[in-house]
Amino acid sequence: MTATETLHQLKQAAKPHLALSPERPQLLVGIATCANAAGARRTRDRLVEELEAAGLADGVDLIQVGCVGRCSLEPLVEVRMPGEAPRMYTEVNEERAAQIVRQDIAGGKPIATWLLDGGATLGEPARATADVEPGEINLFTRDWQHVKFFARQLRIALRNVGRIDPESIDDYLAVGGYAALAKVLDSMTPDAVVQTLIDSKLRGRGGAGFPTGLKWKLTRAEEASPKYIICNADEGDPGAFMDRSTLEGDPHSVLEAMVIAGFAIGAEQGYVYVRAEYPLAIKRLKRAIEQARERGILGEDVLGTGFHFDIDLRLGAGAFVCGEETALIASIEGKRGMPRPRPPYPSVSGLWGKPTCINNVETLANIPAIILKGAEWFAGIGTEGSKGTKVFALAGNVNNTGLVEVPMGVTLRDIIFDLGGGVPEGREFKAAQTGGPSGGCLSAAYLDTPIDYDSLREAGAIMGSGGLIVMDDTSCMVDIAKFFLTFTQDESCGRCTPCREGTKRMLEILERITTGKGEERDFERLQRLCDVTARASLCGLGQTAANPVLSTLRHFRDEYEAHIFDHTCPAHVCRSLLHYEVDAERCVGCGLCRRVCPVHCIVGEPREAHTIDLEACTACGACFEACKFEAIVRR
Amino acid sequence: MLYQREVLDTPQWWQGLDEMIASEREANPGAVQTALIPVLHYVQDRFGYIPPKSVNHVAQALGVPTSYVCGVASFYSYFSLEPRGAYTISVCQGTACFVRGSQAVLDEVCRQLKVSPGETTPDMVFTVSDSARCLGACGQAPVVMIDDDVYAHVQPQDVQGILTQYIAEARREMQTREELAEIDARSNHE
Ligand SMILES: Cc1cc2nc3c(=O)[nH]c(=O)nc-3n(C[C@H](O)[C@H](O)[C@H](O)COP(=O)(O)O)c2cc1C
Ligand code: FES
Repeated sequence: MTATETLHQLKQAAKPHLALSPERPQLLVGIATCANAAGARRTRDRLVEELEAAGLADGVDLIQVGCVGRCSLEPLVEVRMPGEAPRMYTEVNEERAAQIVRQDIAGGKPIATWLLDGGATLGEPARATADVEPGEINLFTRDWQHVKFFARQLRIALRNVGRIDPESIDDYLAVGGYAALAKVLDSMTPDAVVQTLIDSKLRGRGGAGFPTGLKWKLTRAEEASPKYIICNADEGDPGAFMDRSTLEGDPHSVLEAMVIAGFAIGAEQGYVYVRAEYPLAIKRLKRAIEQARERGILGEDVLGTGFHFDIDLRLGAGAFVCGEETALIASIEGKRGMPRPRPPYPSVSGLWGKPTCINNVETLANIPAIILKGAEWFAGIGTEGSKGTKVFALAGNVNNTGLVEVPMGVTLRDIIFDLGGGVPEGREFKAAQTGGPSGGCLSAAYLDTPIDYDSLREAGAIMGSGGLIVMDDTSCMVDIAKFFLTFTQDESCGRCTPCREGTKRMLEILERITTGKGEERDFERLQRLCDVTARASLCGLGQTAANPVLSTLRHFRDEYEAHIFDHTCPAHVCRSLLHYEVDAERCVGCGLCRRVCPVHCIVGEPREAHTIDLEACTACGACFEACKFEAIVRR
Repeated sequence: MLYQREVLDTPQWWQGLDEMIASEREANPGAVQTALIPVLHYVQDRFGYIPPKSVNHVAQALGVPTSYVCGVASFYSYFSLEPRGAYTISVCQGTACFVRGSQAVLDEVCRQLKVSPGETTPDMVFTVSDSARCLGACGQAPVVMIDDDVYAHVQPQDVQGILTQYIAEARREMQTREELAEIDARSNHE
């Protein structure tokens, strides 16, 4: 029996257990870390109660799915009624949950004002997902073209996230899951798989953008055995959460890609290294691995073909540097997670000195789609040097925070203003930070640059893992540079001197500047330190640690100058450069500032103008925030 | 979670630990060390920190020096060699949360509890984490996590309300524990 036939049998056996069924009324509740923070579990519990109370517990299915990416409107509940276009309710607290069941589900009257985009339906009525043919993948946009936030996206890596129950392998099978694996096992040689990836021009999504096909080819060419596949799910970039969302929403697609990698490279064991800060992702991964073993998709006899491959989990333990591949390998080996010089690269000498292929979660999530739809299809998306799509985590001062997956080459403006809805409270856009602690800050001048690996690098930032933090005029760029240096200085493992000392000295200079003690020569000193640290450090952490400084120096030099020469912080962030005074004209003596001051440095009689003791004041700004009469002045 | 540490320290649990190490040994005969970090997670999950006695035990079972286990445990900020409070508070200091004002939230938490980041309150109820980097809910920034509960869009003025729930729970737990101890003492007496 071929793998495809085995898979078909599994799918037939799964049908009675399928959660997704277009013939039944269904409520899809996003249950993910972000949604839970917004109270999604309470929403789900309330929906259960209300359905029971309405006597609908048996007639309506309640299904948990991953996060569709519209984080700022969570909790989200999608309503699918047979034959009707699906609709999505936003900010569903318990009260809304109750009303949705009573008015919409039981009463048949949707509540338009709570729906996404003011009442738009998402797209055409759901098709019978169970009937999706192998070779056809469940591309999100086809069904969901009515809502702007989704219509401009092309979801390949995230194709199933938010659409299936991540804890049910049957759902994954129903949307064409493991069909790519079956195709590989039945009809492709390992070399053909590698060639498909080379032709697709997929580049690694973990930061460096190394061609995935080439990495597989190199690991395949090694003679030593055994070989290993590692999925890097350490996601250390603060502000990036696409890997978490993928693992929470669609863990099987990553596992499927790992088995394919094992077949292509000649490995029998894979490890997923996932950070301990992601308990839900860990839980769902464990479950997915168990289910795949039960169905014979992992283990001794993958889909009945005699190929064996198994996957184990390894948890991180809160060290950023363990995202770096050689440090990660050291960590799996049970050592301190310190990087080592490359070469040799892991493809030659990795885990326990054996050839090891290490790929990022998002990189892997693309692979089943590439196998099914072909290298040409994938290479037809994106720009010259960067093919396919990229998932961006939109966060910071932007209206629609969340995850978006767009073709490479869209502009920052498209992402931040079109999908992201711009900067809140009518404030002004100042900077976009990409690439986390290894990346840089881009100014408004770069809003129309098409983003891909190369253009970002030219502009002094990097793609990194796709974290995209939007900053408005309340952020001080020197303070941001200091923030990142604090991070890298703290996370530097201490093994090599340039990184350990360089980051520390840079941080000291930035601290001086932000406390008004900077001097003109600091520009030169910083530049030199950046240079040395970047060139002499052992691993990517030190080599890129200077980027936040370099990019802010380049695009926001005026802010450094204001701190150094004028002793002012234009964004009113650096406390040592701020002071607060009472405008005696405006002060009505209400005493609110006196009561909120944490250090009790404001005095005054009721109904008389108050004064601030500047010696004792810590410039926390509590009085400034509290005053209803704008009588506190900040300078 | 409130840890009643004495109660957790059972012979069955240590036996479980040994079984776990044995099965790891079987799975990776040439490379038992790979079990070290999973084992440290297992210990910390149980006790909330890595007690000295477990360090020796683990070192022996894996056949590595005690200093090696300490070296690894102290490298990773997730592991603590000192007892922690019943609840660990992590105010996310990732970029998205920082940009949205998480420093003020952390300051307020420390002010309310009268500790610095990284410290534990003298009553052992709270530890304020000094290494909370991105909890992966950046869309809901600023984010605060207390054990496994995640709070979204936290402002300094929300802090007191959030802490109060945990203080109340801790107090109830203490009371129960004292009452139980009293009952135990009495029954021992009889
Ligand atoms: C300091 C540092 C941290 C890193 N963190 C991560 C990470 O969290 N996740 C990740 O996938 N790659 C990370 N990388 C990149 C990995 O070293 C490696 O390039 C990547 O996992 C390869 O996968 P890819 O080719 O699929 O991108 C990091 C690199 C450095 C230097
Ligand atoms: S930056 Fe705080 S949750 Fe990601």
